[in-house]
Formats: sequence, structure tokens, C-alpha cells
Amino acid sequence: MSSAKQQILASLRRSLRRSAPSAEIRAELEQRLAAPCANLIPQRAQLPHAEQLELMEAMLRELKATVVRLADEAAVPQAIADYLKNENLPPKLRLAPRDDLRRLPWDRAPLLEIEEGIAEAADATSLTGAFAAIAETGTLMMVSGPEAPVTLNFLPENHIVVLRASQVTGTYEEAWQRLRAQLGKDVMPRAVNMITGPSRTGDIEQTILLGAHGPRRLHVLLVDDRPHGERLG
Amino acid sequence: MAGERPRVGLFVTCLVDMMRPSVGFAAAKLLEDAGCTVEVPQAQTCCGQPAYNSGDRADTRALAEQTIRAFEGFDYVVAPSGSCAAMIKEHYPTLFDADPALKAKADDLAGRTWELTSFLTDLRGMTAVESAFTGKVTYHDSCSGLRELGVQAQPRRLLASIPGVELTEMVEHEVCCGFGGTFCVKYAEISNKIVTAKTDFILASGADTLLAGDLGCLMNMAGKLQRRGAAIQVRHVAEVLAGMTDQPAIGEAADNPARRRA
Amino acid sequence: MESTSHAFKDNARAALANQTLQKAMKHVKTGFIDKRAKARARLPEFDDLRDVARDIKNHTLANLDFYLERYEEKVIASGGQVHWAPTGEDAVKTVLDICRRVDARVVTKGKSMISEEIALNQAMEAAGLDVVETDLGEYIIQLRKEPPSHIIAPAVHLTKEQVEADFRHHHRELPSERSLSQPEQLVAEARQMLRRRFLEADVGITGANFLVAETGTSIIVTNEGNGDLTQTLPRVHIVVASLEKVVPNLEDVSTILRVLARSATGQEFSSYTTFSTGPRRPEDLDGPEEYHVILLDNGRSNMLGGEFQDMLRCIRCGACMNHCPVYHAVGGHAYGWVYPGPMGAVLTPNLIGVDEAGHLPNASTFCGRCEAVCPMRIPLPKMMRHWREREFERHLSPPAVRAGLAVWAFFARRPKLYHFATGLQARLLGRLGRAAGRFDALPFARGWTQHRDFPAPEGRTFQQLWAERRGGRQNGKPR
Repeated sequence: MSSAKQQILASLRRSLRRSAPSAEIRAELEQRLAAPCANLIPQRAQLPHAEQLELMEAMLRELKATVVRLADEAAVPQAIADYLKNENLPPKLRLAPRDDLRRLPWDRAPLLEIEEGIAEAADATSLTGAFAAIAETGTLMMVSGPEAPVTLNFLPENHIVVLRASQVTGTYEEAWQRLRAQLGKDVMPRAVNMITGPSRTGDIEQTILLGAHGPRRLHVLLVDDRPHGERLG
Repeated sequence: MAGERPRVGLFVTCLVDMMRPSVGFAAAKLLEDAGCTVEVPQAQTCCGQPAYNSGDRADTRALAEQTIRAFEGFDYVVAPSGSCAAMIKEHYPTLFDADPALKAKADDLAGRTWELTSFLTDLRGMTAVESAFTGKVTYHDSCSGLRELGVQAQPRRLLASIPGVELTEMVEHEVCCGFGGTFCVKYAEISNKIVTAKTDFILASGADTLLAGDLGCLMNMAGKLQRRGAAIQVRHVAEVLAGMTDQPAIGEAADNPARRRA
Repeated sequence: MESTSHAFKDNARAALANQTLQKAMKHVKTGFIDKRAKARARLPEFDDLRDVARDIKNHTLANLDFYLERYEEKVIASGGQVHWAPTGEDAVKTVLDICRRVDARVVTKGKSMISEEIALNQAMEAAGLDVVETDLGEYIIQLRKEPPSHIIAPAVHLTKEQVEADFRHHHRELPSERSLSQPEQLVAEARQMLRRRFLEADVGITGANFLVAETGTSIIVTNEGNGDLTQTLPRVHIVVASLEKVVPNLEDVSTILRVLARSATGQEFSSYTTFSTGPRRPEDLDGPEEYHVILLDNGRSNMLGGEFQDMLRCIRCGACMNHCPVYHAVGGHAYGWVYPGPMGAVLTPNLIGVDEAGHLPNASTFCGRCEAVCPMRIPLPKMMRHWREREFERHLSPPAVRAGLAVWAFFARRPKLYHFATGLQARLLGRLGRAAGRFDALPFARGWTQHRDFPAPEGRTFQQLWAERRGGRQNGKPR
């Protein structure tokens, strides 16, 4: 143990008027860490899934993100082409290198120039997926990995996200449970970005402005991948 | 036998005692109208806030002990001041951790102590007062009463029961007036800035009378309003509730023709 | 950072006279106060969440040694490195050592109050490093060579005209005829100027809002995206965080996050809340190659177990200063060091001593608004009062004040004597003041009468009048 560490721990224990935690206390604390429990959960997003989707959309719009519902992922390329045209943005995309984006029918939007990989300085628009979304506050949860470089979330001025309905949960706690289920308990990726709207600042006279350093535009394509029976409800 | 007419010890407060006894008489009248008997122990001087907020715990404890003894035996102790009532209710019990017997007495006193308007409405269930006062009033929520004791709706409820009173809320009625006990002289310029902002809002409200439940705040605001040459009158809310407004308003000259209300 | 807290009164005087500052400070009320109120109204569980957040932090502090050790284990397990720094100098030295070892030239920074506390930028610049603050507010004050005046909005004391002047002065390569009067234009220009710096940085330094023991994760809560660019693009990411930032698990931090942004800016959640764990993984395409966490004590361990322990629950939201009438009046620089407002009044004497910072906990009316809005239920006025008690015990208050208090207490503890003296005083002042009703000047009361009139007393004390009018019913005899 480094002496600086010893010094600090000793100082803490002096202040707490005890030595290192007893075996009993330690076991309790280990237990609490091993089986984390949700604390108080707000009612707001405790809703049937269809209403959570509506809440997610409403929250995104309030944040000045834009959102479009698509019945099918096949509609994604055309929806992107339309969006870029309407926003007067160049028809170029930097894609996250993932199969579910690669295999989209890009031939339906032949004018789009597509490249993959990490963001480069000149990229105007990125397209990524997401790991989950949290309806309570309209938050997107991005998990870093070989298919999800983090720079795509921050460098380009415009960020388009393909979000599937099945990825939308109510609360942060549910999203963490999903992550633990996927990666294993106590294992984290290098970065989890919880993104809630475009980049903004209030640093000039408290005027809120978008596009400080991160993306100015956040556009979400909410693809309905629920089984058809659910959609009619 | 306890019950029919509660025996109230009036905690006068040092400012009311020295500066404006009419507030004490107004409080006594209201308490008697509420069906209580009122007595005024002579062994009281000050709740101890000046010592407490200056970090002088020894004198604070001494004054607290004095107050506790002076008010033994009363069913209730009522103060026409949110800050004094809060001092007794919220802070006295924290002074005696090393003395369980005294702590028990402090807890007991705390449980019997009330700010005036809260006592009248929350405990005695008064919903109306008899007062012939007429005027457009605005009410300042003194900080201790508001944040430590939750006093806000009670004075307004009673004021609303007076036919001649029109209540107009000032902007930021719940924001500090800048008095803060010794703060207003120790950091006089900052206090001045705060009370200037407060008096801007008071004057913008269009009221002809400013009311509050704490004499320190009232003296601070009255002093500033008068320095600014404003005509608005300043009184303790008890005076209006009791319909006892013959005496000059705070800081007002004895022969001011403007004051002819009730 | 050098302190001028001892000169608080002079600082405050200058601030009150500073018209530009007073104009800028108007935005604090409308910006922060209304927004927090709206956010709170929108979440029915908000106040209950504050209680839970308080309990989580209290639990953590009681077991801080355990959680810090667990945190360290997990950071190492994810490929990161942990450095323990008992003092600010230790932390600074560690940062400089890392920068030297990797041959760093350009260092970008996310906003970090801790780095102000330990004067990190100064030390890095002295060592020849090119240090770039990337948070817009921090960037502006870096250009001005000023400290921040608010813990989340560092440039809140500035008007847009001042920022325009600074940008024109420093961004010489841009065309001088460009229009820069609107906030959008200022933000766009900052974005443009800083983009290159993000990309050329060798080391990125951030603070941490929270450290999660369960997973060895550091969290930054931002809106601009600069913190993320700072920690993702360079080869090396250094986190400088103080001990009390630790939280046990992801559920606990989710609870506290629910009250943080709402209390700070009235947002439901900040634009970017980022959880970082270790350096890039072998299969990652981007991210830093090295990830370091410096755990800084610098006075925190001394606060544990004592009268000021509750202050360690602070999550640096700024709600207290946003609601403080003293902060509104004088702004943040008057406090003279890193942390202004109510939280600064309690924390600063803990970190730099009450001899230096004694004015701060005294310059309060104890209105209690800070405590009323604190998401972590910190009893700020009570702890300011503790400082006043310490000063009193150590005879640090001005002798005249102490003497005055002693005289007053002498009388107040002797009711008969007190009533006699106050009777005299009421009669004298009442007589002198009867005609005008008030005094515009009074000996010994210049602090009052400088700015306001002093109302004249009615002339008799209540005790005297009650005795006369009500006769025998005056002794509180028990039944």
C-alpha cells in the first residue's frame, strides 16, 4: 500500500474514531454491493410500454431533439436522406461500424455517401445506434465498444440515432440492469454516455444556446420493433 | 383545571418590550379574544438570538435557562415573533445535550411555544378577527417564521377576514429583507443592498401599509422606506389584526395627519 | 488559488459599486431560481428523493475507507491507475509527473473546481504546458485571468459585451469586422476556436461529480460536451477528484443524479452524464490509452466525524448560492476563493482556515433559503454558526463587538437590571425621537443609520406599561 494511501486511510479512520471496518460490517457492505437495490423510483415512467414510448418522444421534443417514428427499420435510409435534405445538410454520414446499421437498405437512398468508423474532424453527421433509452427524462444510453466509438456521439455537429422501441425503458435503474445482464455484474465498458438532448450552454448571460461543443442537432429515428400484436394496443 | 381557558405566557420579545409595546398589547388582546388568559412573566428579557448567532453559546444557554424557568407552568408560550418562537422551539433543545434534565425542560417548553398567528389559527382554530382597519396591505414573510416554523398562510388567513383589508402580494415577499440581527450593522452595505431591493418591491406593490410578524424586519424595512421618503406605513401584523392602530406606525411622527385609519 | 477572503468587506464594497457586475447578477435570479422551482414542481417525489440522497451519502461517509478501497480495486481491475494525494501539492506533482512522462505539450481541461482549489493550471503553465480550459465559461475567465465566480456557471458575473470584448482581444486571427454582439455568435466562435485544441491535446483532465465504488467508474455531469471531448480524444485522461465524491453503486448514483441537475439548472438531466471506467479496451476504436484517478484529501478527512461532516454531502449543484440574497448582492468573487455562496462560507474555512476566511460564515442573515433548497439537506446556517462559535472561543471576533455583546449579555441575564436599563433607554430615545418619529443619525448606531432611519421607541417598555395597566396578573406562578 502506498504511504499516501496509508496516510489518507489512517486520517479517515482517526476521524471516524475506529480502525478498519469489522468483518461483520464488511460483510454487510459487500452484500449491499453484491445485490444493489433500487432506491425510490418516481412514478412518472411507471407506465405501459406504449405510453413510455410516447413519454420518450415528448421528452425528446422538449429537449429540442427531433424524433420521427418509423414502422420498420427499412425506412431508415430514406428517413435520413429526407432529414438531411430538410435541414440543408450535406448527404454524408459517418456510420457506427455495426451490422444492424450496415445491413439497412441503403440502396433506397442512393445519394447518401456513407463511411464507417470513428468520427473525423470534417464529419458533419454521424449515425449510431443506442444501447437503451430512458423515458423518464428522454435520455439515450450509449455504451462504448468496437461497434460504438464514442467520438461519433460528440464530434460531428449532427447526431442521428436509430433507437428501437424495445430499447426504451422507464428508468435508469432498468437500463443498468440490462447492462449488467449483458456484460456481467460489475463489468463496465470504457464509457457509458447518457445523452439528454443536444449540446447546450447557458454561460453567456444565462441564455440557453445549442451546439456548444457537442452536436447541435440530435435526431432520433424511433423504429418500432415491437411484435405487431403490441402495436395495435 | 386545565382546558377551558388556556393559560398563555406572553413572550414579549426584547424589541417589542423596548421599542413598541403596542405590539405586545395587540398580541394580548388577540390571545384573550381566542379564549386564553394572558400573563407576562417579568423574569424574561431576550430569547438569546444575539448571543447564539454570535457564537456565544454560554450566554445563550444562560438566557435559555432563564426563559425556561420564567415560563414554567404555562399551557402555552406565545411570541409575536417568528424568530423568537423558532429560537425557543427549534434551537433551545439543541443547547443542552450535556444536561439531560435541562434538555427535557427545553423540549417541554419547545412543545408549548408558538408564533402568534400560528397559535391563533393552527391551535385555537381562529378563522376571523374583529378589526375595523381599512387599507391596502402587503405582507413580508420573515425568514425564521417562514422557513423554520412554516408561518405563511396563517397571517394571510386572518387578514383576509378583515373586510377593510385588501391584501396585495409584493414580488419576492418570501425573500430576506436584509436584517439578520447583527448582520445589518456588521455588513451594513450588503444589508443596504438587500433592503433596497426589498423596498423597491414593497413600493411597487402599491400597498399603503406594510405588515410582517417580526419587529426586527419591520424596523429595518421601515427605516429604509422612510430614508427613501416613502409614505407607506409600517406596522406589526398583530396591530392590524387586533384593530389597534391608533398609535403612530413604526418610525412615524406622533402628529402625522396621514395616520387616521381604524 | 490565492485567497482574498480576509478582504471580504472590501471585495463586497467593490462588488456593490460595480454596475456591470450588478447588471450581470440579475440573470442569476431569473435563470436559476424559477427553473429549479419548475423542475421540482414537475417531479412529485423530488423532496423525498432529497432525503434518500442524504441517507445514501451519510452511509457512504460512515464507511468511506471501505468504499474508497473498493473503488480503487475496481479502477485497477479495469486497467486504470489510482493515485492517493493527501494534499493539493501531492495532486499537482502527480499530474506534472504524468504529463512529463508522456511528453505532453497541450492539456485540455473539463471544468473542475478541485483544480482551482489546488491551483493546478498555474503549476502546469509554470512547467511549460499549454493549458486550455474548454468549458465555455471557464474558457472566458481563463482569457481574462480571473477565477470562477460560481461553481457551475463560472462566467455568470460577465455581460455579453464583456465576453465580446475578450474574444475580439484574444482571437486576433479572425476578421475584425465580424459581428459578435449576440450570444449565438459568441458560442459559435468558442466552438470553432476550441475544436482544434480538443484534437491536438495530449492529456485531458477532468474532475468527477461522482466516483462509483461498485464498478470503479468516474462520472462527469455536463451540458456542452467539452468534458467528453476532453476525456476521449487525448492519449491520457486524468481525473482529479476529492475523497467524498464516492457513492456505493449505480442505483445510488442514479438517485442522486435525479436531484442534481434539477437543483442546479432546473434541467431534468444534464445533456451529457458520462460514466468512464478505465482506458480504452483492446477492441475499442477510440478512447484514452491511459486512465488515471487522483484521489485528493486536502482537508476532507478532517471534516469527517466532526461538526462539519454534513458538508461532505455537497454535490456542487450551486442551488444554495443561486438562492442566497448575499450572493445576489455581491457575486462570487467577493468571497475571495474558489467556493462562493453558502457552501463556500462553510467549506472555505475548513480548507484554508477560519483566520483567513472568517468573514464568510459571518456574512449571512441566516435566512435559511440555502438549506431549504439544498438537495442533500445540508444544514448550512447551522454550520456557519459553528464557525462563529469557533471564532468566539478563539477570540477572533473584533474586540468592540465582543465587548458589546458581553455588556448586553450581562444585562440580559439579570432581568431586574435589564428592565431598569431598557426603561431608561426607551424613555430617553422616545423623548428625543417623538417629534420626528425616527432618527436619521444615532451615536453607536452608525452601521444602521448610514443607510436607514432608526424608528423611535414608544417611550415606555411593555413590562412597565403592562404592570401599570394590568396590575397584579404578572407573575408566572405555577398552579
